[in-house]
Amino acid sequence: MIAVSHLSKSFAGVRARRVLNDVSFDVGRGEFVALIGESGIGKSTLLNLIAGLERPDAGRIVVDGVDMHTLDDDAATVFRRERVGFVFQSFHVLPYLSVADNVALPLALAGRRDDSRTRAMLDAVGLGDRGASLPRELSGGELQRVAIARALVHAPRLLLADEPTGNLDPESAAQVIALLRDCVKANGATALLVTHSHAAASAADRTMALTARGVQAAPAVRRA
Amino acid sequence: MIAARLVARATQGGAFSRERGRLALAVAAIALGVALGYAIGLVNRAAIDEFAAGMAALSGDADLEVRGPRAGFDEMLYPAIARLPGVAVASPVLEVDATVEGRDAPLRVVGIDALRAAAVTPALVGNAERPLDLIAQDALFASPAAARMLGVSAGGSVTLRAGARDVRFDMRGLTPDAGGQAFAVVDVAAAQDAFGRGGTLTRIDVRIAPGADAAQVRDGIAALLPAGVVAASPADNVRTTARLSRAYRVNLNVLALVALFTGALLVFSTQALSVARRRAHFALLRTLGLTRARLMRLVLGEAALIGATGALVGLPLGYALAAIALERFGGDLGAGFFRGTAPQAHVDPAGALVFGLLGVAAAIAGSIVPAREAARAPPAPALKAGSAGAGTARLRSPWWGIALIALGALATRLPPIADLPLPGYFAIAALIGGTLLLLPRVVQASLAAAPRPRGVPAMLALAQLRNAPGQTTVGLAAIVASVALLSSMAIMVASFRDSLDAWLGVLLPADVYVRGGSDSVVLTPADQRALATLPGVQRVEFLRAQGIVLDAALPRVVMLARTLDDPARRLPLEGELAVPAEGDPPPIYVSETVRDLYGFAPGQRVTIPLAGRATPFTVAGVWRDYARQQGALVVDRGVYAALTGDRDASDAAVWLAPGATLDDFRRALREKLPDGSRYSVATTAEIRAISLRVFDRTFAVTYALEAAAVAIGLAGLTASFGALVLSRRREFGMLRHVGMTRRQIATMLTIEGVIVSGIGVATGLVLGGFISLVLIHVVNRQSFHWSMDVSVPWRGLALFAAALVALALLATRLAARTAMSEQAVLAVKDDW
Repeated sequence: MIAVSHLSKSFAGVRARRVLNDVSFDVGRGEFVALIGESGIGKSTLLNLIAGLERPDAGRIVVDGVDMHTLDDDAATVFRRERVGFVFQSFHVLPYLSVADNVALPLALAGRRDDSRTRAMLDAVGLGDRGASLPRELSGGELQRVAIARALVHAPRLLLADEPTGNLDPESAAQVIALLRDCVKANGATALLVTHSHAAASAADRTMALTARGVQAAPAVRRA
Repeated sequence: MIAARLVARATQGGAFSRERGRLALAVAAIALGVALGYAIGLVNRAAIDEFAAGMAALSGDADLEVRGPRAGFDEMLYPAIARLPGVAVASPVLEVDATVEGRDAPLRVVGIDALRAAAVTPALVGNAERPLDLIAQDALFASPAAARMLGVSAGGSVTLRAGARDVRFDMRGLTPDAGGQAFAVVDVAAAQDAFGRGGTLTRIDVRIAPGADAAQVRDGIAALLPAGVVAASPADNVRTTARLSRAYRVNLNVLALVALFTGALLVFSTQALSVARRRAHFALLRTLGLTRARLMRLVLGEAALIGATGALVGLPLGYALAAIALERFGGDLGAGFFRGTAPQAHVDPAGALVFGLLGVAAAIAGSIVPAREAARAPPAPALKAGSAGAGTARLRSPWWGIALIALGALATRLPPIADLPLPGYFAIAALIGGTLLLLPRVVQASLAAAPRPRGVPAMLALAQLRNAPGQTTVGLAAIVASVALLSSMAIMVASFRDSLDAWLGVLLPADVYVRGGSDSVVLTPADQRALATLPGVQRVEFLRAQGIVLDAALPRVVMLARTLDDPARRLPLEGELAVPAEGDPPPIYVSETVRDLYGFAPGQRVTIPLAGRATPFTVAGVWRDYARQQGALVVDRGVYAALTGDRDASDAAVWLAPGATLDDFRRALREKLPDGSRYSVATTAEIRAISLRVFDRTFAVTYALEAAAVAIGLAGLTASFGALVLSRRREFGMLRHVGMTRRQIATMLTIEGVIVSGIGVATGLVLGGFISLVLIHVVNRQSFHWSMDVSVPWRGLALFAAALVALALLATRLAARTAMSEQAVLAVKDDW
């Protein structure tokens, strides 16, 4: 599903630094993979590169058979819209849309209206009766569920999650991770979960570690 | 101190470094408001001071001035006054506005008795090489300003037109400088001879003997005065004249304050958005122990700094503007109140302090609401990750805004205070304030009425605006206020101009107008007969204009004697006619100014001083007069001539015979009338064009002030929209992540921009319409006693609205560019 080869990325500026250096790894179809690493090692940057939101300095990224380098910005956007789902650490649920509208947003962007799909996703994340609520009425854990529902409503091939439990308490975090895994598997998607939480990584099929020397396989984290 | 500084820095959150552009705009807005206010204040002060200084110099040591109608009064009043006990010196004066050969503008010629004047008004006595020059019949002394104007010096000559002949005077020297006033001094007897005013004076300057009872002397003089002649102190006379221009000057001050008010709204926009951006900062500080009061003081302190910086920039700018305005437009900025003066701008420390503090106050006032909201916001929700923005706050009760508007409406019914339309100004402020308070509701109602959008960008744009009407208001406030003020002024000026044009149409029915243009050139009965029989002339009507005194505390009103066979057709009447019954005194028609200042009402019997006698008249109607702000009365010319014996004319209205041309008429006038070239001849079209040109020039400064207000408003909208876009970077980053293209986000922002600016402009225009009614029916009526018909410049307003929305769109597109940057994509990762 994802094939990354010899990827490098630097950020210019007053303190220019190389974030990724010759990174290579694969993620197979249907896998739920956790990528762990220290803060600032480049995990989020890696996700943005895979999603086509940034351009690498060197290397190649192939996602679902498409060489990301061949896509211009609009094409990459359409690609994300159709095949990729995102879950963020800070939820990023739009405060001025209802829960249901937030979930339906990717469908709307694709020009599709599928209320039944939206309701199904809300049911799947346990918020079937909160569709009309506004985000300010939800807790952090509930907001992250909305984000998960939004990320999977359009049946993406790939789900990218950047520290999805970073702002949650341990109990909520565990619930969200379990929910995330269940939804991904139920939808037949591939997931790459970036986290520095071993608890979150324990839900993955396998774990990789991003270090200054690149991506290496990490020992499997036992599930609690 | 270090701790306090750290707290202040933490509160600012880098506001001053991260928002330089918007802060610079806010500073510039305050600077512009302070500059305009200070400049207007300097101009007004310079004009009045120069005028007062000139009048004081000319008044010298006079305790009283006895003055009457422009035509003068019997000179025998002079010895009667001079002999009164308690009168130390009485100085006779004859003032005539005389036509100068080769010049259009008349020259004020003052005839004095040099020996008497030296004891009372020394500024009128020329610096003569030989004392006998002072009483020589052909000697003239010019003020320095007059000498410059005429281009003459001692040894030269000045030729004045006196009726059908020219009178040559030899310039023997200069008078002392009297505050820039331009006039010439001759012997009083010479003036009487030259201008055919034998036996008349226009003024007597009186000095009361030391130790005499001033009140008793005054009473003694008053007992001698015929109708239409009054005695007043020179200071009263200065006040009377200054009063004429007071309303105009106050209106200019108010306009300048409008620019400052709009600047305050820009500060409001800037601070509101800055506070919203630092919401989480403030929440953390409050959690760590910063009190509400201290937070509020810190935010207000930022505003004070903006205001102080703006004031420091604005004050020298204001001085420069004042100097330029005085140079180009004169002390009355083109309105014509202070002709003949050349004031200079002087630094006014007290005024600088006032306007400097006003700048700071305006900035603080603009920041009070954001500071209060920052202090009152509960910290916990703001600290919650992923929490919603400030736009979810509940709307205020609409009753405050409604109450303020109602209060404004009530204020329009109140009379002026100290002759100033203060309740009218309050009404305008209340209308604007009330509308701004109701603006979130207006936004909400406008958006609720919008149709369900198609497409995700439109859907998101509408949802964002509906969710945050309060936030939208922040950007709208400045643009609503400045659009309202500009459109109200545009409607008022258009109404005034159209009314003036229509008024000219009624008062200028003839083809050509002939006038002497000064006291020294009139149309005698013989001239009138000759004019009426000129070839090419179908019909002529004559008019006599005289200044008369109705009240010592008020300027002279103008008495117009003209043909009045059909008053309803001849005069632009307001209201119904009250035709006098058989046996009643003859009819007189009063201008709106006379009705307001003297209380004359249709049907009322009044006495008017004519030829030294209190003559009864019946007020038959009120007419609209835009030419004479001091007031005017109209009577039938036949009645006037019978009562006064004055059969001269100031002006002639000429109807040309079919086929006759203006050139034919001018040629015939020059050839057939004795020295016909001394008259000025103008067609109706020429007089109309000049009148409208003067009108436009008078309002030039108003237009400039209004343009400044609109520029500030547009800057406010641009700045606030830019800030709003920047504050939503994380939102845009998320939308990019889920598949919204740059173009779609730009479309979303464009739709938001169109909606916001459209609502702002529409609200501003509606508010402007109501304010224009207050300006027309309250402020103008009470300031200048003018009524006018409402005329809306629809096309101009539509173009203005379209241009403003287009400019707002441009600002939106520029702001959208930032939203499309890579930084927006990365912003999803930000905690702050």
